Amino acid sequence: MEGAMEGAMLADAKIRTESGTESGPRGSGCSLRHFACEQNLLSRPDGSASFLQGDTSVLAGVYGPAEVKVSKEIFNKATLEVILRPKIGLPGVAEKSRERLIRNTCEAVVLGTLHPRTSITVVLQVVSNAGSLLACCLNASCMALVDAGVPMRALFCGVTCALNSDGTLVLDPTAKQEKEARAVLTFALDSVERKLLMSTTKGLYSDAELQQCLAAAQAASQHVFRFYRESLQRRYSKS
Amino acid sequence: MKETPLSNCERRFLLRAIEEKKRLDGRQTYDYRNIKISFGTDYGCCIVELGKTRVLGQVSCELVSPKLNRATEGILFFNLELSQMAAPAFEPGRQSDLLVKLNRLLERCLRNSKCIDTESLCVVAGEKVWQIRVDLHLLNHDGNIIDAASIAAIVALCHFRRPDVSVQGDEITLYTPEERDPVPLSIHHLPICVSFAFFQQGTYLLVDPNEREERVMDGLLVIAMNKHREICTIQSSGGIMLLKDQVLRCSKIAGVKVLEITELIQKALENDQKVRKEGGKFGFAESIASQRITAFKMEKAPIDTSDVEEKAEEIIAEAEPPSEVVSNPVLWTPGTAQIGEGLENSWGDLEDSAKEEEDEDGTDGAVILGSTKMDAGVEVSNIGSQDAPIVLSDSEEEEMIILEPDKNPKKIRTQTISAKQEKAPSKKPVKKRKKKKAAN
Repeated sequence: MEGAMEGAMLADAKIRTESGTESGPRGSGCSLRHFACEQNLLSRPDGSASFLQGDTSVLAGVYGPAEVKVSKEIFNKATLEVILRPKIGLPGVAEKSRERLIRNTCEAVVLGTLHPRTSITVVLQVVSNAGSLLACCLNASCMALVDAGVPMRALFCGVTCALNSDGTLVLDPTAKQEKEARAVLTFALDSVERKLLMSTTKGLYSDAELQQCLAAAQAASQHVFRFYRESLQRRYSKS
Repeated sequence: MKETPLSNCERRFLLRAIEEKKRLDGRQTYDYRNIKISFGTDYGCCIVELGKTRVLGQVSCELVSPKLNRATEGILFFNLELSQMAAPAFEPGRQSDLLVKLNRLLERCLRNSKCIDTESLCVVAGEKVWQIRVDLHLLNHDGNIIDAASIAAIVALCHFRRPDVSVQGDEITLYTPEERDPVPLSIHHLPICVSFAFFQQGTYLLVDPNEREERVMDGLLVIAMNKHREICTIQSSGGIMLLKDQVLRCSKIAGVKVLEITELIQKALENDQKVRKEGGKFGFAESIASQRITAFKMEKAPIDTSDVEEKAEEIIAEAEPPSEVVSNPVLWTPGTAQIGEGLENSWGDLEDSAKEEEDEDGTDGAVILGSTKMDAGVEVSNIGSQDAPIVLSDSEEEEMIILEPDKNPKKIRTQTISAKQEKAPSKKPVKKRKKKKAAN
């Protein structure tokens, strides 16, 4: 999938090079907002986590592996379901699209074949949205899956990059930065090979910019994974 | 997922304990669980924890035209959602009896008690009023949803600030928070629900039942009251007969509890306001108890992105150049052309959505362009805008099939069908559908 997408990007770039957006990002000035995570804060789900990135906050609950409806049963693997609930109103198309992206990411890492004919349900609740919501949802679902003890091939994290009109790159943008940006790209990366699991983009960018964003996301993912590691170390520490 | 049933011995154990004036969590009969109120960074956002029951409340507002019979009153709207996160038995998108009951009770407690001055929400009589929407999400269900939800709703309403408006003639100006400070709602009193669970046909009573106790109770009495000891709503469910003095006793207890809770709410609101005023840190990040080992925080982390440019260049340099999609376009009939390989084109037949996936493969390569323009790099989506006559009719579709007979025997068949169809173009739509079924 990755390869196919890349191919398409390159073809696209051919047309767009004329418009001339090759200014390139500045190296410095990129940072992630402060992170906070609390696991196991809900009593009913098997695993839960609340993840905060700056003012963006998402709460995730995981049920599973559990009983599955016969209609949804898959005979050789677990049925993975993701439910994303907005804060205001009923879930719409945007939520459905995010649900799908998150589900596809989770499916890539969760070892569903170890629990055939069961269901794994991830329920996400947006608590506050101040930019990079999808990345925060991904991080919250990963921490909740870890808390639930669902077997996974690797951990995953979400990183959002925004490209401004002058070509500067912003990592983990706030809502305002997202709004002003020319393009917003969200990547999901795995912890073992740092490879791309999912990518979704909005706006116009060149192939060089895509690769730059991806490289920046990979650099940022190291910090996120370190955060994961340290918070889990703290959690399973004896003191 | 189904609810785990409560076993008989569990049920008997709980009832026996209640008979002996003992509760599983060590509380006394009239004890409330701990209440914790935390606020988000947005106005009108709060999380209320009642023991392990957790409710997220968010208030939002919108300018709408008022109801015809109430031209000068704003609209209040309450919506409690039982998310699957709260308990596995809650199914998403289903209006269960419990949900309907809770929503009705909440409306009666907060709207019908007239705790919010709806007239102050009017901007232009008969034309524009504020609609205040209160969204409540149950995050964790450990019993007594209604109390937690009513506290969350009133706290969120107290915390909420709506944008300031001004009316000059016919013009309504809405001010952003930067221009003018948003204004709070005018709230007359704070109605709060207090639940009482009855056991053994009303012999035993417990305040603030948790989830286990709710499952063995016979009846429930909910009293909504404000701190002036005015009853806003009262509801008895479960079909138990209560004596007059039992109800009176409950209302007395409710009065005490409501006073305590109101004080707590006011203190929490004051605290938040103080922190906001002083420019300190607020929001959910601050309410995470950092001494817990399950919680972890990391400060703002700089990321070194100085080498991304080189990395990107490297990858692009290593990557294969974009493949030329096709060298020679094939001209089928004047005005149409085919570039690349692919399955049949499906442009123009929208009625067959089941074939969507199959078609996607086809559109990758099979780009049909006007005979004058044959630029391989142009996107598929550009085709529609070109002036050259592009026939997206059914007939073209039949001719679109690629000829590689030795590789794909299936294609030969479709081609022969299409050849037949060319002879009788008038019957095409019917035949086409048949053909598709055969191809499937």
